[in-house]
Amino acid sequence: MTETSITNNTCRVGNINLYLRRAGRGSPILFLHGAGGIAEWTPFFNDLSQTHDVWAPDHPGFGLSDDPGFIKNMSDLAMFYLDFLDTHAPTGGFHLVGHSIGGWLAAEIATRNTQHIRSLSLISSAGLRLEGVPMGDIFMWNTEEAVKKLIFDPVVQEKRLNAQPTPEEAEIIVRNKFTFAKLAWYPRLFNPELKKWLHRIKVPTQVIWGEHDELIPKEYAKLWAKALNTNTCTVLGKCSHSPPNEKPSETAQLIKTFLRKHAE
Amino acid sequence: MKVLNFTLMPYRSMDVPASKEYRSAWVVLPNTFYDPEKGAHDYESYIDLLAQSEPLGFDGVCVNEHHQTAYGLMPAPNLIASALIQRTKKIKIAILGRALPLVNNPINIAEEFAMLDNMSRGRIIAGFVRGIGAEYHSTTVNPYYSHERFHEAHDLIVRAWTQPGPFPWEGEHYNLNYVNLWPRVYQQPHPPIWIPSQGSIETIEWAADPSRKYPFLVTFSAREAVLKNLLAYKDQTQKYGYEAQPSQLGWAAPVYVAETLEKAMSESRSAIEALFNDYLTLPMEMLLPPGYTSVESLKKIIATKKAIGRAGFGGTNQRQSLERLMELGTVLVGTPKSILNQVEQVKEKTNLGNFVSMLQFGTLNNDLTQRNQAMFASEVMPKIQKMS
Repeated sequence: MTETSITNNTCRVGNINLYLRRAGRGSPILFLHGAGGIAEWTPFFNDLSQTHDVWAPDHPGFGLSDDPGFIKNMSDLAMFYLDFLDTHAPTGGFHLVGHSIGGWLAAEIATRNTQHIRSLSLISSAGLRLEGVPMGDIFMWNTEEAVKKLIFDPVVQEKRLNAQPTPEEAEIIVRNKFTFAKLAWYPRLFNPELKKWLHRIKVPTQVIWGEHDELIPKEYAKLWAKALNTNTCTVLGKCSHSPPNEKPSETAQLIKTFLRKHAE
Repeated sequence: MKVLNFTLMPYRSMDVPASKEYRSAWVVLPNTFYDPEKGAHDYESYIDLLAQSEPLGFDGVCVNEHHQTAYGLMPAPNLIASALIQRTKKIKIAILGRALPLVNNPINIAEEFAMLDNMSRGRIIAGFVRGIGAEYHSTTVNPYYSHERFHEAHDLIVRAWTQPGPFPWEGEHYNLNYVNLWPRVYQQPHPPIWIPSQGSIETIEWAADPSRKYPFLVTFSAREAVLKNLLAYKDQTQKYGYEAQPSQLGWAAPVYVAETLEKAMSESRSAIEALFNDYLTLPMEMLLPPGYTSVESLKKIIATKKAIGRAGFGGTNQRQSLERLMELGTVLVGTPKSILNQVEQVKEKTNLGNFVSMLQFGTLNNDLTQRNQAMFASEVMPKIQKMS
């Protein structure tokens, strides 16, 4: 696989600066990240960018993007991204790929308007509640617990735990946590009003999950597939809550295959 | 100086070894640890204890609010305040405090304080706090909005106490068509508002503001932090162009007094060590949920850790010994003379006007508590009250 060249840039939405990584050629993908943000251009992104034009912004309040006070909840963030799409979406629109709260965000955007959206791939997505199957309490976990619950492979866990963040990285970790709490503390990681409007999403959808997800258990994959009325639902073995990092080539392959099938 | 008497009302019969299987004595400790018979006995003892404060010569009694924890059995401190109003005639009753951001309609708090103020004919001191981090887990209120909700709830309550109703409240977090308190507050313009805090510059700036001049009470802190915060408050008042009155400065600390240092230490050791090591067990995720503090403070805490993992629950927290807590000045344990000495030192440096003694703490039983309280009241307190 070749290394695609990445453009790191800032794009504007109204007065807001959004930090954006972009690489590759092909039909465009907008990747909506989860609560941990995007630390680096991972093998998953590189893989996708072999055949797609991949856009990966930091959400407002995360990473290196601005943190506008008017974004108070997930609904505001979805409306903000509709502004983003109106300003920046290529002709024909994006394929949306959302991970965790980014999946929730993708569903919130798509229930409002799919004018610039060609398809939806939700990975380990927050946003719904399955009664009787509680999510893990991620805000109660310390870093060690979180790493062990969110990543399946002990070797990768160990690598993460021994990582030493630079002061800049530490600052971003705190920022991301604050914005995560703002968006998802209560109701915890879901919107009680979302499920009843998911039928409005008419574009092709798929669901990808990790078999051993300890934050949002795999039962949620079925819940999403049913609510979105899709048969394309894959549960990856030896994987917890981070398929793009834990199973980069499998996850990228699932997305590429799905997008090829629904190319036009 | 004024001296007020305070207990957290801990659940003393907690099975400590068994509790260690849980990450904290807060939020997640199963309430099957609570035996209603033993708990009822604790409530009765604590109310008796505080009620004795009046004949013993205290200037006031204090209660406070904590949720879902063995650390303190007062999720609704106004209920205890109400009982104490019936058991006392003259002394102040300080609720230190109600956690404003944790309720969805702050008028509930305004109303309850107004009732207590009338029932006591103006003996209420209204403490306003944000609640500790763990309470954002137990109530599900979003810590990101803790500061905003505190300030808006404060503004709403003060306006409800001071402006004729009905009036509408058009806020960011609270929207009410009719703010119209029945009863109105008894004290004019409103009950004194105190700010108990472990100290942050934002809180100090806000409390010391000339439009508020709210007494600031440093709680549960090492001597160095007590001095630092009280002096920061004084500095702040000077920046605002006025001198802090002694009544604006307070300090709350556990106190145990006996004839000799050895006796004081041996009688208080297990109770004090239980308080700090078994009841006040708060991993960082519970103590400081995201948004509860400023980004700056949390960054400092994270920066001090060597790697991102390996901290928190089951991690580096070392048991604090009585000796260590005494050395830090977090607790005052000793002879009447040594306790007076320690209060005097802080008095000299800060000219504080309020001292809150916590004479029951942790697992301290009734007999030792009674003895401690009687000796403090006869041999220490009168001399503190005479300090000027």
